[in-house]
Amino acid sequence: MPNRTWADDLKTNDEGRKSIPEGLWIRCPACASILFRRSVENNLWVCPECQHHFRVSAEQRIEQLVDPGSFEPMNAAMASVDPLGFVDLKPYTKRIEDAQRKTRQSDGVQTGRAFIKGRKVVLACMDFTFLGGSMGSVIGEKITRAIEAAADHDLPLVVISASGGARMMESGYSLMQMAKTSAALARFDDMGGLFISVLTDPTTGGVTASFAMLGDVILAERKALIGFAGPRVIEQTIRQELPDGFQRAEFLLEHGFVDRVVHRSDLRSEIGSIIDYTGK
Amino acid sequence: MAATETYTGTYVLPFEQPAVELEKQIEALESSEQASEYEEELSSLQRNRDSLLDKLYQQMTPWDTVRVARHPARPQTSDYIRMLCRDFRELHGDRHFGDDPSIITGLGRIGSHKVMVVGHQKGKTTPEKVACHFGCAHPEGYRKALLKMKLAEKYNLPIVTFIDTPGAYPGVKAEERGQAEAIATNLREMSRLETPIISCVIGEGGSGGALGIGVGDRTAMLEYAWYSVISPEGCAAILWKQSNEETNQLAASALALTAKENLANGLVDHVVQEPRGAAHRNPNEAATALERWITDQLSDLLRFKPQTLVQRRYEKLRRIGRLQEHGPI
Ligand SMILES: [Zn+2]
Repeated sequence: MPNRTWADDLKTNDEGRKSIPEGLWIRCPACASILFRRSVENNLWVCPECQHHFRVSAEQRIEQLVDPGSFEPMNAAMASVDPLGFVDLKPYTKRIEDAQRKTRQSDGVQTGRAFIKGRKVVLACMDFTFLGGSMGSVIGEKITRAIEAAADHDLPLVVISASGGARMMESGYSLMQMAKTSAALARFDDMGGLFISVLTDPTTGGVTASFAMLGDVILAERKALIGFAGPRVIEQTIRQELPDGFQRAEFLLEHGFVDRVVHRSDLRSEIGSIIDYTGK
Repeated sequence: MAATETYTGTYVLPFEQPAVELEKQIEALESSEQASEYEEELSSLQRNRDSLLDKLYQQMTPWDTVRVARHPARPQTSDYIRMLCRDFRELHGDRHFGDDPSIITGLGRIGSHKVMVVGHQKGKTTPEKVACHFGCAHPEGYRKALLKMKLAEKYNLPIVTFIDTPGAYPGVKAEERGQAEAIATNLREMSRLETPIISCVIGEGGSGGALGIGVGDRTAMLEYAWYSVISPEGCAAILWKQSNEETNQLAASALALTAKENLANGLVDHVVQEPRGAAHRNPNEAATALERWITDQLSDLLRFKPQTLVQRRYEKLRRIGRLQEHGPI
């Protein structure tokens, strides 16, 4: 059975339902209010009417999260090499080029050192706008190096996940990134490292089934879709409609798989406070 | 190589059809009362069948390989346990939720080694297949596997895993019980278990559900197994917008999922040769080849201190990935 993959969400993106639309005015997809774009932007991309959390890019996320100007990127130029010469309806190299042009990023995660409320951390922010945040060799390697950097300097590790899962176009290489990142976290755990995993909308497939679910503390943004298999795959398997709220952050909280559901405006203080409790 | 056994099952793969015609003739001759009179005819038919099988299996496409890996007569974990394991004692309990029959775990002897065996099970009969969800495990299956692997570590028993799953089960209950967390935890814990772990993909190696019992020191694939991040159908449905015979073929080729390709890409360590015409024609010969590989690896790995094994296991995983440090942006 297929895992959920980033392309499951292509349709949603094409309709512009979930990604942030252009223009002065935007409509909230949750409550349909017409909102002044700037006011949403100044509200951390949260709808002031209904608290809907818009999806944000890695760049926007870093800006919202870290102390101003404190982010020092690592391996920012690392890029895919299309190891399998993968071509579907479009060559993978073309998909990569398009995504790089659109996002001005080399792949779907930004990693680096930063301060969050004065605490020094190693931070990784995934970017759903880059091929659905799908994990191939580059994301696997950058996450692993971030874990190793946190281990080397005994710093807390904070990973903000947003991903449709493993990247199909690197096939087995993508699959093995799940093992690689998880193995790096085992070593980090052995040396007493602190890993705060933050799950945002959406976190599914091979990313959930590896590093994202291995946090010492797992936070989730409200109503974020979090799961192993994608809802469409599950619907096809069981041939019935899924219950309301299925695979949302609150559902995972209820079933014991996340520790706290957090409003975006509280994320900085939540992270800071947890770090303080651990003495890291 | 032992004599090819005549495949008399009813399920025929399209690409094998020409050989099956010959096999029918051979069977008819063998069972006739005057079989001894046709000895010459018989051996000539057998030679033709053998060379035809060799040719068909050389020319097969990756999608054909996927279908061989799913052949209903292909040996499963329970068959390999029966064929190469002595005194097998299945251990069922996950201690938390319930027994998932789609993962079998237990103690057994392979060659001169006492081991813990862990493997996906698809089921043979229809009720078995339904109970096993066709080899798609639930979280409790992965948790049972980990519990038994930790038991093995405690008593210095090596772990042998047989991978054969289309993927972990995608369903409401599996999500409620934390499918992703169960697999993630197995990946992390297997990477640091201080005992040898060897794995073989015996049929289907579908994504995280396969990897969930597949992190170890040595990984092999049987010659006609497949191992990939997603099934060809799943990949076709997403990237080619629909899954049909043509797009499944294309996806299977694009995913580099065969044993040969995975070996060439450094993602597995070894390919275990299957008998002529694949394991479903001669399960015993497949089991003998698999047993030889397993016992060789066990003897080799037992030379290392447990901490050295864990260190080497990490270094091996750490190297996987193809990328450039400085891309265009
Ligand atoms: Zn709203």
